[in-house]
Amino acid sequence: MALMLVLTALFLVLFLVRMFSQGAKVLSWDFLFTAPRDAMRAGGIYPALVGTFLLTALSMVVALPLGILTAIWLTNYGKPVWLVNILRVAINTLAGTPSIIFGLFGMAMFSNLLGFDISLLSGGLTLAILALPVIINNTEQAISSVPEDFREASLALGATTRQTVSRVLLPTALPSILTGAIISIGRVAGETAPIMFTAATFYSRQLPKGLGDEVMALPYHIYALMTEGTHPTEQVPIAYGTSLVLLLLVISISAAAIWIRSSIRRKRQW
Amino acid sequence: MVDIQLQSLDLNLWFGKNHVLHDVSLPVYKHQVTAMIGPSGCGKSTLLRCFNRMNDLIPGTRIEGRALLGDADIYAPKADVSKLRSRIGMVFQKPNPFPKSIFNNVAFGLQIQGGFSKAEISNRVEESLKAAWLWEEVKDRLSSSAMSLSGGQQQRLCIARALANRPDVLMLDEPTSALDPQSTAKIEELCLELKHNVTILIVTHNVAQAGRISDQTAFMYLGELLEFGPTERVFTVPADKRTEAYLTGVFG
Repeated sequence: MALMLVLTALFLVLFLVRMFSQGAKVLSWDFLFTAPRDAMRAGGIYPALVGTFLLTALSMVVALPLGILTAIWLTNYGKPVWLVNILRVAINTLAGTPSIIFGLFGMAMFSNLLGFDISLLSGGLTLAILALPVIINNTEQAISSVPEDFREASLALGATTRQTVSRVLLPTALPSILTGAIISIGRVAGETAPIMFTAATFYSRQLPKGLGDEVMALPYHIYALMTEGTHPTEQVPIAYGTSLVLLLLVISISAAAIWIRSSIRRKRQW
Repeated sequence: MVDIQLQSLDLNLWFGKNHVLHDVSLPVYKHQVTAMIGPSGCGKSTLLRCFNRMNDLIPGTRIEGRALLGDADIYAPKADVSKLRSRIGMVFQKPNPFPKSIFNNVAFGLQIQGGFSKAEISNRVEESLKAAWLWEEVKDRLSSSAMSLSGGQQQRLCIARALANRPDVLMLDEPTSALDPQSTAKIEELCLELKHNVTILIVTHNVAQAGRISDQTAFMYLGELLEFGPTERVFTVPADKRTEAYLTGVFG
């Protein structure tokens, strides 16, 4: 047991030390806020940073309302039972699907069938589908953990189901719903496979001008540098720098989620 | 002759195949306290929940017979359940205020009904808190969380919350079973005061409590209404042997 613990900790420390020592060399304001230069041998990652931000934001704009509404339906309306069962199987299958499959589906569905091409829109929608099962399951749990007493009290006062959802269940469950949403942001921001065929481009000196443009993205940028790079001595350090930025981004997002969750637990009084 | 505010007529209820209530006909007289007593599982809470249709929430529930609020059929196909529930207030066994402010708890019923001005709501909140004997204790902190109140205060808040709808009937489902003796005494006295304005139907495990506060007592056993009458009569000369056995503590 103790050995396992030490091993795990060792790997983690090695990983972090490596990431920070290698990544920190190239990290600077310039690195964050300028575009790549000289066929990605120099310069920064600004377009990729913006691209990841836009992709993530777009996926959340789509997935959050859809996921939350689905969870509300499942917990409060949920009829007929066979439909609920089918939906649950579908959600759990989605949750267990490898992300590359989402990429292929996104390409077939959004890029080709709907004609969105390789674009911010296609990538955002593909990531939204990836985030959907996480958001649905989490929201459902959050709503179900609201004590039944509150629901009964609300209905007994003459509230309709809709009023009970909007005035009692959602406000009570909101902090937990938000925590789950933030965790799914972390997951979406780091995904490579779903955007590979749907949104990402190797190299662009310009920021996307609209939903129809291709974008750079942090995880794909790392992939591109490491697989397609022609000048490893200059490009590997940039890849480490990009990795470190992505890592810090995801860690701080998770930290925010943990902070929100613990502050809820402290305040909760039922 | 006293008016009947609420009644069930030959009411039968099944949860799935389980026949829970058998031909129950219970009148609840206007501006009186009616107590329902009986051993656990006898159907008294289920009967209570028939009157505000809270049993509708349980899948597989089937009801035959009638329930009336005044002259209105509670189970009429076109009955407005929300409106019905706003006319029949309910207080639960465990105090269940919302995790909202004291003010917003009491205002909840009016807010969902809509059509009340801010001033009206705030007047009604004050009126209801006064009626539930809570005003003096909370008037300076209406915006603090209801969760910060003691158990007894929370239960009186739930009473105030139900009263804010100005209901015809207030139903209480073992309202003091989670409370200490002092809070219990306060709620009992409160019931005696409230009955001048609202009809009270209370389910209780506590026989002595029924004796202290009720005008009418209904004794339920295995889903049947075995005995109903003025509390004094039921407690002194019960017509059914099983009532007598229950009252004297032979079972229960």
